Amino acid sequence: MSQVTMTVNGKEMSGDAEGRTLLSQFLRETLGLTGTHVGCDTSQCGACVVHVDGVAVKACTMLAMEAEGASVDTIEGQAAPDGTLNALQQAFQDHHGLQCGFCTPGMIMSAADLLKNNPQPTEAEVRHHLEGNICRCTGYHNIVKAILAASGQDVSSIAAE
Amino acid sequence: MPKDNGIGASPKRREDVRFLSGTGNYTDDIQVNGQAYVHFLRSDIAHAKINGINLDAASAMPGVIKIFTGADFEGVGGIPCGWQVTDRHGEPMQEPAHPVLAQGKVRYVGDQIAAVVAETLEQARDAAEAIEVDLEELPAVVDMKAALADGATKVHDDLTSNLCYDWGFVEENKPAVDAAFEAAAHVTTLELRNNRLVANPMEPRVAIGDFNRATGDSTLYTTSQNPHVIRLLMGAFVLGIPEHKLRVVAPDVGGGFGTKIFHYAEEAFCTFAAKALNRAVKWTSTRSEAFISDAHGRDHVTKIELALDAENNFTAVRTDTHANMGAYLSTFAPSVPTWLHGTLMAGNYKTPLIYVNVKAVFTNTVPVDAYRGAGRPEATFQLERVVDKAARELGVDPIALRRQNFITEFPYATPVAVEYDTGDYHGTMDALENMADISGFEARRKASEARGMLRGFGVNCYIEACGIAPSNLVGQLGARAGLYESATVRVNATGGLVVMTGSHSHGQGHETSFPQVIAEMIGIDESMVEIVHGDTANTPMGMGTYGSRSIAVGGSAMVRATEKIIAKAKKIAAHLMEAADADIELKDGSFSVAGTDKSVAWGDVTLAAYVPHNYPLEDIEPGLEETAFYDPANFTYPSGAYACEVEVDPETGKVTIEAFNAADDFGNIINPMIVDGQVHGGIGQGIGQALLENASYDENGQLLSASYMDYAMPRASDVPFYGVDHSSQTPCTHNPLGVKGCGEAGAIGSPPAVINAVVDALRSGGHDIHHIDMPVSPSRVWQAMNG
Repeated sequence: MSQVTMTVNGKEMSGDAEGRTLLSQFLRETLGLTGTHVGCDTSQCGACVVHVDGVAVKACTMLAMEAEGASVDTIEGQAAPDGTLNALQQAFQDHHGLQCGFCTPGMIMSAADLLKNNPQPTEAEVRHHLEGNICRCTGYHNIVKAILAASGQDVSSIAAE
Repeated sequence: MPKDNGIGASPKRREDVRFLSGTGNYTDDIQVNGQAYVHFLRSDIAHAKINGINLDAASAMPGVIKIFTGADFEGVGGIPCGWQVTDRHGEPMQEPAHPVLAQGKVRYVGDQIAAVVAETLEQARDAAEAIEVDLEELPAVVDMKAALADGATKVHDDLTSNLCYDWGFVEENKPAVDAAFEAAAHVTTLELRNNRLVANPMEPRVAIGDFNRATGDSTLYTTSQNPHVIRLLMGAFVLGIPEHKLRVVAPDVGGGFGTKIFHYAEEAFCTFAAKALNRAVKWTSTRSEAFISDAHGRDHVTKIELALDAENNFTAVRTDTHANMGAYLSTFAPSVPTWLHGTLMAGNYKTPLIYVNVKAVFTNTVPVDAYRGAGRPEATFQLERVVDKAARELGVDPIALRRQNFITEFPYATPVAVEYDTGDYHGTMDALENMADISGFEARRKASEARGMLRGFGVNCYIEACGIAPSNLVGQLGARAGLYESATVRVNATGGLVVMTGSHSHGQGHETSFPQVIAEMIGIDESMVEIVHGDTANTPMGMGTYGSRSIAVGGSAMVRATEKIIAKAKKIAAHLMEAADADIELKDGSFSVAGTDKSVAWGDVTLAAYVPHNYPLEDIEPGLEETAFYDPANFTYPSGAYACEVEVDPETGKVTIEAFNAADDFGNIINPMIVDGQVHGGIGQGIGQALLENASYDENGQLLSASYMDYAMPRASDVPFYGVDHSSQTPCTHNPLGVKGCGEAGAIGSPPAVINAVVDALRSGGHDIHHIDMPVSPSRVWQAMNG
């Protein structure tokens, strides 16, 4: 066990980690930030996407120790301090872009990464970007719609809410 | 103008705020003080005799608390099956013992041999690797027809064969059905497989057992669609714990799709071990583990025949199905290929004679049970595929052939024992034809062909039976449970309401939609209503959420309880206004006396109920809280028509979904936004089944597709935006809301549309193909085109 320290959602946090402890496990179990979810063990599902030094990363593909000194952003840090959802979170609620909510943290963190690098993506670009995020509930319709809406595009012509 | 409150409105989901901000409470988020961790050592051989298990080295490993094997569970009941099917000769099905941990033999890859409880999960895993198991490999039974051959190796030595049951439905109709085929002008025959699927809710299963030695109370936190059912099955049949000493909590649950209905051995293990060790024991499934321990779905092999007369009227349907049960009977497994499948074989058509034969077979594979739709997708797929083939053979338009045979008068008693209360199959087909722009298809096909692509259009109908189910009926059919639902409505002194429901929400949005119903009934804002569910300690008895039953059965129970609340509140209001009970009207949250300008507000009445200073204490009790149990009089019958348009690349065989449209009749709708979302999700899963997903076993019983590297889950780029319409609404006649349920429709209605479209595309390219089995992967399509 060694102590690992990182800045999580703007706050410095420390905890013990084994060499094999994954960042996803460290966030959930050591720091108690259970918003980051683990939906698979092959780095396919994307429920654990967080941002490390501003870059989207599947937290299950990184050891906790590799994040020593890094700045990590998770779903818990996305809303304003008073709880107000950010524009992307709000678009997911407005367009029913989530059902069971399990994949949602990864979807939000992944979509935020897309919009940061490509503020006006096409539908095809959104779908391609979500290749590494699996949702079983929504058939992706309202997730794609929410992300397009969050980018400021008119989604009123897309069939059905 | 759309409503913004009550029935028919689409308020934003209140549960979303916690899910979007990372503050949900899923089972794996729960950490009980002092919890230990369990790792299950699972068989990597499909069928073997256990000659010995040596725990010496493993038990000495760091952090190990105790290692359990089947021997520790000899005095404990097995995992029960909740449905007994009677075969065509009147005999009960063969029902094998299902131990919590394997005893004597392992019967599928994934069967639990031992359970290591340790201080940390890593220590438990490390120790499991040091367990020495002496397995004597036996031939694996994988193929269903081979499993029924003379001399086949038996999955269960104490059963007479691998045949669970041979079910005929309706057995007395068989001679008449056979005669109708003799007399038919045309017979269309199709053999097909309904591919085996893994449900794959994104949240893997989790169980935490806890025990309080001071009180003797056990608690199980589990990822379940129906915590009360788990309490009943595990308490009464496995561990012998009475309900009042056992609490089952299913908090936020990350999707179910059927596979979280069932009572699993891991739940019983954690509850048992917590008591044995006097500390909490937690199990979190990995995804790889989920593939070999969550009950799978579908896996039917069917031959279907359709008889038509000279005018193309359907005269009879005859089917022969083999249904895979896997190695043990999961909770509702026997009901899926029988009562949830055979009863739907009339579909939307007035076929007068139907005979369904189902042979359920044990194999050395993961148990198979209900997955979204459960039996109804299997029925719809075979029926809608054979109708499409018949249209082609007869040279008639597939939509016209369907319309010609539609049931048009309701109620309609089918020859397979169910009575459809309402429907409008022409109405949904009309809506579909409007959406799908059929007249423009030929131009789109030419445009595809100009790019070297094949384009196809497929359509199908579906009917399903939801709102499961009348208890006295399912009792006669072999259910070992009642299928009512209950609700308690508690009105607080200041007028807010709490509804404690036995329905469970794991994505369906009950916390938002259920309050809309009460808001409508009382005329208050839905923010005054809160929904409590998922904990046996604070909700009344419940049968849970599956079979699209929540609003039709759970919602009806809530309505009945609210009606009792309103009746009592009117008495209080009558007293306050010195009027007769019968003259009191409730509108917009205010009670008034008919024909006068006297009124009291909802809040005045609720306050009087709890501060009964001026109150008819001689007639009614203080307080305002009511419970109702609702047992449905019939199933509900949602129906619809779906269309799919595909492009096939003749070079690679890749199928692309170009358009998908769905017209559904769900009766009355509480929240259109949520209903659309349910349909989207079902279509996504149906397209997944048709194009991508397959749980594939090799001849040794190894699951080849046991991770997301190998099992093709639909991704965002595999599907288009969907067109959804539910303007055709024929309300259910026998529940108070006129609702039918919408959870499974998309998954039931979509696979045949996809395959019908793919076959149409290939035939347009000159390929004489009538069927391709799902999933229509590029390699299968390429092989079909290139012989």
